[in-house]
Amino acid sequence: MTETSRRWYPEGTHITVRGLCKKFGGATIYDNFDLDIPKGRIVSVFGPNGCGKSTLINMISGILPFDAGQILFEGKEASETRIGYVFQNYREAVFPWMRAIDNIRYPLQYLDIPKGERQTRLDRLVESFEVQFDLNRYPYEMSGGQQQLVSIMRALVVDPEVLFLDEPFSALDYEMVMFLRGRLQKVLRERSVTTVLVSHDLDEAVLLADEVLLLTKRPTRVAERLKFDVPRPRTVDTTVGEEFIRVKTQALDIFQREVRK
Amino acid sequence: MIPEIWFARLRPLIGVAVLVGGWWMLHASRAVDPVLLPSPVETMAAFWKGITQGTLGADFWKTIVRTLLSFGIALVIAVPLGIVLGSSRALYESIEFAIDFFRSTPASAMFPLFLVIFGVGEKTKIAVAAFGAALVILFNVAYGVMGARKQRQLAARVMGAPRVRVLTDVTLLESMPQVFVGMRSGVSLALVIVIVAEMFIGSTDGLGQRVMNAQMIFDMPEMYAAIFAAGLLGYVMNLVFILAERRFVHWGGK
Repeated sequence: MTETSRRWYPEGTHITVRGLCKKFGGATIYDNFDLDIPKGRIVSVFGPNGCGKSTLINMISGILPFDAGQILFEGKEASETRIGYVFQNYREAVFPWMRAIDNIRYPLQYLDIPKGERQTRLDRLVESFEVQFDLNRYPYEMSGGQQQLVSIMRALVVDPEVLFLDEPFSALDYEMVMFLRGRLQKVLRERSVTTVLVSHDLDEAVLLADEVLLLTKRPTRVAERLKFDVPRPRTVDTTVGEEFIRVKTQALDIFQREVRK
Repeated sequence: MIPEIWFARLRPLIGVAVLVGGWWMLHASRAVDPVLLPSPVETMAAFWKGITQGTLGADFWKTIVRTLLSFGIALVIAVPLGIVLGSSRALYESIEFAIDFFRSTPASAMFPLFLVIFGVGEKTKIAVAAFGAALVILFNVAYGVMGARKQRQLAARVMGAPRVRVLTDVTLLESMPQVFVGMRSGVSLALVIVIVAEMFIGSTDGLGQRVMNAQMIFDMPEMYAAIFAAGLLGYVMNLVFILAERRFVHWGGK
């Protein structure tokens, strides 16, 4: 394979996954798996338990090694790409020895930008999230939702090319979830970041996505890709709309078909 | 309400009162020969006199200096080694047995060996104590680094932190609670070894030597006073480390 062919990617596609293989112990999770993720859109990943949703974004984001295959971001490696990652377990993702604001500031030092620009970026981010609480506190002095907000801001402060969210709202109470979904959508719309969201909540997967990626049981393949083109911001009201119910019903049908297989 | 709070605060003193009371009764009832067991008052008087007029203060100081010096040497050697050991599972597994064997060997059994190497004097006491403390600290630092949860390291990696920065910014801080456990055990062990060394390795000063001398000339109040001083020293050192940990590892347990 020549250098040029390796670096080729289809127009409008941000992430290309080709021939991905991954085994855990004896179990094959991914075998020759291909996937294209479009640029500047929000894709949510939904599928049966144990199909490797988190495994997939961990491999794409470069956290988890894979056995074979190739993953490129517009022809670049993960290590050459600015990546934001939000973990499900915020308690073990933020740095408790740093104040919230220093947590958010932390990744900026690894960007090749002047000091003044760093502060500007930080200020702009804090402003666009309309943060109402004191960021000079330590994470353990904050609520779970506030900690996850800090974790989301830390992922976004570097202006990532790609943002990965691994079930970011699953450990939070409903009020907080609604609030965070709102803020996240607002910022993602402003910046049009390519986003991959793993969710075990179908409502959430549909609500936030431009496209829902439905996966099968192991060995995992793409069962279906469903578009969801309702204007943003999407709120609780969106979930009673006709289009939402149509897409969700279709997703549920496919999901149940795949689980029974 | 207020008296109840005060009772709760004073509760730890009940044990002290029972101990001193029991001691005093044993002494007063002559159940134990009063020559062997002087009264608490005599002992405290000997302690006070030793500090204010005698050489107890000087011996006290000497033991503190020896303990802290050996602890400091142990720290300088063991912390970097522990980090290296904890960062590489292969390295750890290849020398775990050797170190574990030495750690299980009582440090006091090493006295003769160290005497041969360092001669009769200050160096041997400090070297043996540093040796014992270093092994304890080494293991705890290595455990701490190895046992650090992986997710924050992954978070730092994905944010673009190079390996060295993941170690300094995340893993080391993550291992701090375990490092403090090692430092507390290390300083206690250093004190134990220094006291024993002062007793048996040609010493002219230090609390260990003071206990031994008092026993030989049968000056029991003096002996109890020196034992009390050693206990006080151990307790305060532990307390200092607990307070330092609470301040430095402010996120611990939260």
